[in-house]
Amino acid sequence: VDFELNDDQAALAAGVRSFCEGRLPIDVVRALEPAGGVDRGLWRELADLGVFSLRLPEADGGVGLGWAESVLVAEELGRALTPGPLLWSQLLGGLVDGVADGSVLVAGVERDDPSGLVEYGGLVDHLAVLDDDGVRVVGAADVGLEPQPLPLDPLTPVWRRTAPLPEGDQVAGPDEVATLRRGGAVLVAAFLLGIAEVATADAVAYSLERTQFDRPIGSFQSLKHLMADMVIRTELARAAVYAAGVTLDDPSVGDVERAVAGAKLLAADAAIGNTKSSVQVHGGMGYTWEIDAHLQLKRAYALEPTFGTRPELAERLAGLVGQL
Amino acid sequence: VDLRYTPQEEAFRADLRDWLANVLPDLPPQPSADDWPARRAYDTGWQRTLFEGGYAGVNWPTEYGGRGATLTEQLIYLEETTLAGAPYIGVNFVGMLHAGPTIMAEASEGQKAAHLPAILRGDEVWCQGFSEPSAGSDLAALGCKAVLDGDEYVITGQKTWTSFAQVADWCELLIRTDPAASKHRGITWVMFPMDTPGVEIRPLRTVVGTSEFSEVFFDEARVAVSNRVGLENDGWRVAMVTFGFERGTGFVSDLVETGKMLQELAELAKHVTRGSATAWDDVSVRRDIGQMQAEMDALWALTKRNLAQADRNGVPGAGGSLVKVCYSELLQRLTEVAMELLGRAGLSRTDVGDLPSGAFVEERLRSLSFSIAAGTSQIQRNIIAERILGLPKEKPWTSS
Repeated sequence: VDFELNDDQAALAAGVRSFCEGRLPIDVVRALEPAGGVDRGLWRELADLGVFSLRLPEADGGVGLGWAESVLVAEELGRALTPGPLLWSQLLGGLVDGVADGSVLVAGVERDDPSGLVEYGGLVDHLAVLDDDGVRVVGAADVGLEPQPLPLDPLTPVWRRTAPLPEGDQVAGPDEVATLRRGGAVLVAAFLLGIAEVATADAVAYSLERTQFDRPIGSFQSLKHLMADMVIRTELARAAVYAAGVTLDDPSVGDVERAVAGAKLLAADAAIGNTKSSVQVHGGMGYTWEIDAHLQLKRAYALEPTFGTRPELAERLAGLVGQL
Repeated sequence: VDLRYTPQEEAFRADLRDWLANVLPDLPPQPSADDWPARRAYDTGWQRTLFEGGYAGVNWPTEYGGRGATLTEQLIYLEETTLAGAPYIGVNFVGMLHAGPTIMAEASEGQKAAHLPAILRGDEVWCQGFSEPSAGSDLAALGCKAVLDGDEYVITGQKTWTSFAQVADWCELLIRTDPAASKHRGITWVMFPMDTPGVEIRPLRTVVGTSEFSEVFFDEARVAVSNRVGLENDGWRVAMVTFGFERGTGFVSDLVETGKMLQELAELAKHVTRGSATAWDDVSVRRDIGQMQAEMDALWALTKRNLAQADRNGVPGAGGSLVKVCYSELLQRLTEVAMELLGRAGLSRTDVGDLPSGAFVEERLRSLSFSIAAGTSQIQRNIIAERILGLPKEKPWTSS
């Protein structure tokens, strides 16, 4: 047992972080709002980094790594608030032509999702439709989609399906869709973990810089405890998310269902809890568009429902405990 | 990240399981909670059994008779002994985990030979004389006074929250040897024999009704200077060395126990009836349990992560504070949910009819101490904020 990143994993995470710091500072991310958060040039660059082919075998042009490494990459991309249909490009590289090299953009939906909302729906080439029988791909232009004028996250625009979905081409069967859903939940958890981290870092930096009563507000115990709780939520989530990635790669080390549900639940707790606390630490400024806290909070809320809301996951976990 | 156990680790686990299956059936009956001489006999008897089986001091280096096990083996040891229902470390706690390791690191060869083998065999019981009524979270404010008189220190003052004082042979005692020095200087660490004249022990009754702790009063009690460990006035450093031994295994047994208790809570929910339904049919109860299960599993993973970091860096991170805060608050939440489930059955601290309720009520009370003892949750949050996040300390208080 060695629950620490190995050298290759640490180097991978550091590499992606350094890419994000250079290519995706928050000003660049914000500037993508008019384009709905989608930058096809960026997608090619992420593809060149191997982000969309991480788990493909090297023989197929992939990087040949596992979920444990995918989690680390997603964490860094989440931390940078990378906009665009990342989750689906990371999930479907190798299954849908053109995704791995970044030339094709795919959005994904659960067929029975009652909201009918599709993130980035009007900006992508294809739509991946999931149900228990598998994954089918349809042309985005063939789906009746209406834009919602005011998305929660300005960098996650949403469209609504207004007509029944066309049949489409099956690209994955029932077993694969189960794996994709579990892996997708862990990737979303990793994005959320990254958001929880950046929210903490921003709150701490602001609390050291902002003075009131002749001292940095970060010296007040009430705020210190708020921020200590941010660390607690983050580290609990990190342990759960890393463990879930490893368990997906090697189910013999744990209970996959339980690890995945716990990771997503705690990562959502951390991201939503921490971004709310960051708004609070920023005080009045935290309520402004200018401070990044709202973008982090909105992204956290936008990601939370994908592959299981927290109440659903908690209930699923109880079902697993209740059977033991 | 590698969560697999090596063949050696699996073999260690299998051998331990076999050994436990062999010795546990011969355990004497558990003594009653407040019979301290009987508890001492029971706990030291178990220590002796561990010693004879080669499992005493799993975490102690081999040169002091310990097993010198790896951190993962220590994790396995704590997991397996707890799952098997083996006795808790009990009265051996201070000797095995605090005083003993401090003696290894700081004491003379003669002092080591006098105490370490006796602690390991269960022949010597230790208690801790650190906290005082006016020195709790601010331990360095301690004032228990010691005056040098020839080759003896003459000690006058009071200690409190001293676990097992009634049955201890020795006390790891912090005394104020230089009242003029700043508060972290001027403290000395001594090995104090508890049968010294001038010592009075007054047990404190806790909320559970028993006397885990005592107040200890010193009235010109004399201890030989040769019992000092480290230099005079260097006792704060010596005491802090003790805390440096913590590698993140401190809450493993508690986590395993709490994991079991969470399963039992799910069972309890299925037995508690509400009209024609059970508490388990209530989705809010199931969500509470699911949430706690996620946190339990994550705490277990976080413990492994802390161990891996301690293994590499040789020092424990502030990760221990994280586990302590989370674990103590999780256990309190678990027992709170249990009280809500039990309703009127919670009026009794023993089982009500067929309902296995007593342990939950008992634990609701006992767990109150977990967010207080060994650094309150508030102090832990200060530590996290200052050591992990680098936030400033609060300005010193000045009276206006």
